[in-house]
Amino acid sequence: MAHYPEIIFRLMGDRGLLLEFGDEISLKVNQKVRRMNLALKREKIEGLIETVPTYRSLLIIYHPLLISLEDLKRKIKEIETGLEEIELPQPNLTRIPVVYGGPYGPDLEEVAKHCGLTPEEVIRLHCSVTYHIYMIGFMPGFPYMGELPDALVTPRLKTPRLSIPSGSVGIAQKQTGIYPLESPGGWRVIGRTPLKMFDQNKEPPSLLQMGDLVQFYPISEKEFIEWEIDES
Amino acid sequence: MKPIASLEVLQPGVLTTLQDLGRYGFSQFGVPPSGAVDQFSLRVGNLLVNNKEEEACLEITLMGLKLKVLREVVIAITGGDLSPTLNGEALDMWKTHLLIEGDILEFKTVRRGCRAYLAIFGGFDVPKIMGSKSTYLSGKFGGYEGRPLRCGDILYTFDLPIPLNRLGLRFPEEDIPSFNKEVILNVILGPQDDHFTEKGIKTFSSSPYRVTPQSDRMGLRLEGPQIERRSDVEESIISEGMMPGSIQVPGDGKPILILTELVTGGYTKIATVISTDLPKVAQLKPGDWIWFHPVSIERAHQLLRQQEEKIKNFIKRAIN
Repeated sequence: MAHYPEIIFRLMGDRGLLLEFGDEISLKVNQKVRRMNLALKREKIEGLIETVPTYRSLLIIYHPLLISLEDLKRKIKEIETGLEEIELPQPNLTRIPVVYGGPYGPDLEEVAKHCGLTPEEVIRLHCSVTYHIYMIGFMPGFPYMGELPDALVTPRLKTPRLSIPSGSVGIAQKQTGIYPLESPGGWRVIGRTPLKMFDQNKEPPSLLQMGDLVQFYPISEKEFIEWEIDES
Repeated sequence: MKPIASLEVLQPGVLTTLQDLGRYGFSQFGVPPSGAVDQFSLRVGNLLVNNKEEEACLEITLMGLKLKVLREVVIAITGGDLSPTLNGEALDMWKTHLLIEGDILEFKTVRRGCRAYLAIFGGFDVPKIMGSKSTYLSGKFGGYEGRPLRCGDILYTFDLPIPLNRLGLRFPEEDIPSFNKEVILNVILGPQDDHFTEKGIKTFSSSPYRVTPQSDRMGLRLEGPQIERRSDVEESIISEGMMPGSIQVPGDGKPILILTELVTGGYTKIATVISTDLPKVAQLKPGDWIWFHPVSIERAHQLLRQQEEKIKNFIKRAIN
């Protein structure tokens, strides 16, 4: 587990270049990914098609007949020398209402048992921390957030569920996340938010962004239902 | 430009969706590219009917699509040979045709490949979502209301003067890809080839892999010899980006070839199919065979230049 002194380049086919900044989940490595992503977007490099920023790496998709691999690497090396000076925008804090337990959080009891806590303590602990969004991935608008309080660390389900409702709040190891769309999944579902996490017609389409902060707070089933009516 | 009803879906077939070259610039929000799996065929189809090469086409899978023509349209069909017929008579592929009101276009049986593309002059009138007309099936947006075509759907195209000089135009026979049931796919090893043993890499690059029925626009699941992993590395990696052509090897050692509806993943990737071989991947069906052949990036870029040269030459010829 480390962050690398300099970027490691790996090939992803003839149109993808993967930049690795470390092999650990940490704020430091994640911020390097964001800084490089920001700098590349500002440069508006011809032939750069897409960037996929994740926990500890940045995938660049490029058109090799518009920019050569060597030129692309050279540009990246140039940016890398001044990487630490690139300022990141101030993070936004989003407060997310969650109805915990019952049919909304079918794994709450199981998680409490696993951690040797009461369900109320699990809820209190889940709401006690401000989470950093390391990346949005897996599906549109799905935030990978950490770190979960040590007392709540729980492994994924052995057998993933075939269907998890949209808005479900889950935990897996040291991470917590929200399913924006109904989908199969293996995270332990402890609650559900009435907020719409992704709307393809909005700008930006995802409610949460990489690098932002999230706090959860509990709401009642009645509040959840009223909220859902308002949202639609 | 006003849109006019042009095609009516009489039978939707196995799976027919609207696709263009994909939705880029939104990966940071977890949005995958979608788009045509065989982009070469889509581009040529568009050029045949005088469209921009990135215009959306119908991506027709296997068989069963039946369309009724509602007004004069100019079309071309490229990609896999799904035996297209016009009013019951065989219709040439890779060629520009004028169709008239009342014509029936049908795709009955698979002769070669898996996916055909129907390009129509003027393009389909559907809203662009995040800059693209591609259908993202699991996200339920883009294309025709975010879903595959259904019986009774009406497709609108823009009303423009017919490009008469394009009628009868053909894409050169020698440049049409042959879509076989057994293919060699050129790959570039990595990004996690170092997670496998020398024996594992050898197995991967010298054994046949078979396409299983658990295959769709997200990816092809393959059956074949298990690829040996190094015992001192973990089975999964910290989630990272991936792209069409990525070859994942999960814990069971059976490769999955990623197509266009995924953007990040946590399985190790042994190699990536080079971009000029992705059309071959698009045309594979369950039961077909793959051999993986590692090549250098220089070789891959050379093949890409050759492919783009073919397209450029065709554009030059089409204009003259």
